[in-house]
Amino acid sequence: MNDKSITQVLVSIDSNTVLSGARQIKTKLITELSRQGISEEVRVIETGSIGPTNQGVVLGVFPGGELYANLTEEEIAEFVQERFVKGRTYQKRLLAEKLPEEMMLQEYDSRKTQYYGRIVLDNCGRINPEDIEEYIGVGGYEALGSALQEKTPEEIINIIQASGLRGRGGAGFPTGLKWSFTFKEKKYPKYVVCNADEGEPGTFKDRLIMEGDPHKIIEAMVIAGYAVEAEQGFIYIRGEYKLSIERLQKAIQQAREMNLLGENIFGTDFNFDIQIKIGAGSYVCGEETALLNSIEGYRGEPRLKPPYPAQYGLLQQPTLINNVETLANIPAIILNGPDWFRNFGTENMPGTKVYTVLGHVNRPGLIEVPIGITLREVIYDYAGGISSGEFKMAQIGGTAGDILSAEQLDVPLDIQSLQALGHNLGSGALLIMNDSISVAELLTSCMKFFAHESCGKCSVCRIGTEYLYTACNRLRKGEGYADELENMRDIATTMKLTAFCPLGQSVAQPVFSALKYFKNELSKSIKQNKKSFSPTREKNSKVIYYS
Amino acid sequence: MGCLCNQQEISEEEKYKQLKEFIAENREKKGYLIPVLHMAQVIFGYLPDEVQAFVARGMNISTSQVKGVVTFYSYFKTSPAGRHHITVCLGTACYVRGSKKILDALEDKLGIKVGETTPDRRFSMGVQRCLGACGLAPVIMIDEDVHGRMTAKKLDKILDQYK
Repeated sequence: MNDKSITQVLVSIDSNTVLSGARQIKTKLITELSRQGISEEVRVIETGSIGPTNQGVVLGVFPGGELYANLTEEEIAEFVQERFVKGRTYQKRLLAEKLPEEMMLQEYDSRKTQYYGRIVLDNCGRINPEDIEEYIGVGGYEALGSALQEKTPEEIINIIQASGLRGRGGAGFPTGLKWSFTFKEKKYPKYVVCNADEGEPGTFKDRLIMEGDPHKIIEAMVIAGYAVEAEQGFIYIRGEYKLSIERLQKAIQQAREMNLLGENIFGTDFNFDIQIKIGAGSYVCGEETALLNSIEGYRGEPRLKPPYPAQYGLLQQPTLINNVETLANIPAIILNGPDWFRNFGTENMPGTKVYTVLGHVNRPGLIEVPIGITLREVIYDYAGGISSGEFKMAQIGGTAGDILSAEQLDVPLDIQSLQALGHNLGSGALLIMNDSISVAELLTSCMKFFAHESCGKCSVCRIGTEYLYTACNRLRKGEGYADELENMRDIATTMKLTAFCPLGQSVAQPVFSALKYFKNELSKSIKQNKKSFSPTREKNSKVIYYS
Repeated sequence: MGCLCNQQEISEEEKYKQLKEFIAENREKKGYLIPVLHMAQVIFGYLPDEVQAFVARGMNISTSQVKGVVTFYSYFKTSPAGRHHITVCLGTACYVRGSKKILDALEDKLGIKVGETTPDRRFSMGVQRCLGACGLAPVIMIDEDVHGRMTAKKLDKILDQYK
């Protein structure tokens, strides 16, 4: 593995490429190589996502870092002949971009910074996710060893707090603080829960992290368990994520065999084990207290906060809940220290963020970039520009995210800058749209989603989402009431102020931002002569607007 | 939870026996209602009232609690599905890439609406708000297979694969 003279072929096997036949291609590749008698010289490595997601089967070749996409099974024989026997590039399927040379697997040196600007995805597309030895080969479980043997739980929590890591699930709560709350409760047993119920439309970062590097999540959960004195962990994962479930199960099994899970881990008296819980399809279960109810086998309705899960969580015991991407940052922080982590991102929100860039761009896919880069940089530097037409708007952070116009292209994507404008960073989905989509159409699609997914516990959300959906639908057809926009603002305000859980409150985000930046366009959909009945505003002029 | 779909058609009695065994194994564990329902749906294909009542008795909880959970999660079905289930993704990424047109085309071709089953029980159809395969938008899922970058033109060829 550390012999540089060997050529490596990385075959990206993730949920997107599998559908294009990546597994068959891999088998074919191996047969072809041995038929040519060069299977000794060329090593085929199965990895997670390499990057491009809409280009069929993607292969990377090292040294050189060439990227090949859209390969078909019939072409493999020719590809092997050209690339490995004759040693020429296979022009037909070659992409213009290259993979960074550092991605090539080589002997790991923990003192050298091996991160090429990626923290969370550093192993994705680089190692075989189904082989624990490869993960250990690139420094895996080293952070766990050093945590268990050299550090106390307090020290670990201090490191995480000093690093300034914030939750990557959407709300951006400081992770170290959350850990310290759970640590302070002296009620046992405690639990660690990994929130892998990624239901936000347009977001699939957690899926690719789990598919590409499942051991990292397990390592991070054991560290978290040690830090908050828990002995049992749960991964709550969407039932649709079959490949992630399979790989996590395999990873847990391998970790148990090596005694990295189980009793007396690393020879200490610390015990920890992980169980996978499979969800049954519900958006609101991504909310932490709803998720706890679902693990306990009830309807996934949110609980009243406070008390927070840190005090009364799973089975009323202190519970730490973290998102997949948040956890994926932990091993690197323990290994390299908080100061190193602060080299990335902004003062207020250090580190990197994984985005899924989608919609009308040339290269939709998964990117990991330092926090604080602008939307313009994402679209034009990473995603290859707009695929057709003109940039019109972007929805950031999934369906509950804000809709930004061309004027906000240069706003840095970090919590502080966005909050100054009243926006949120959200889960990491960046949906880029050109002028073929109308704002009313986009809003209708969002509201339909919420009306369907509202759990029904509180009437504000149950009725509010339905009302907003019908209102948006009227706008979409150009039949809006004269005071439609004011009404929508009222309802959204009420939801933001009084809805029971963050889901209901977040419905207001796309409505507010659409009204803020696209009021002119939305006003055009109004039929001026019609007016809806609105007792609140007519009788009581003291409606407080909040945004 | 193994997949039993390749299994020969078994009698109702046998099905209840399998479910009873699974419940007996897991009754003592906390929070096992959802896995039991997953298993019940694997065995029966859907969750009719009788099965829900059976689960409630077996786990010693009220029928209303079971029904509450079944109706809450979109994965659980209370009416028999077709031999093949089509799910159209209407998540925002698929939506802006034209999944609504695909849904219309499917409704046209099969003559059924969302949530219905064709008279010959060959297909049933539902929608999802994101399958997490946005890089391939728009996508539809038939049984366990995801078909990406769909167009209305491709439909006939794909549907033909499912008899």
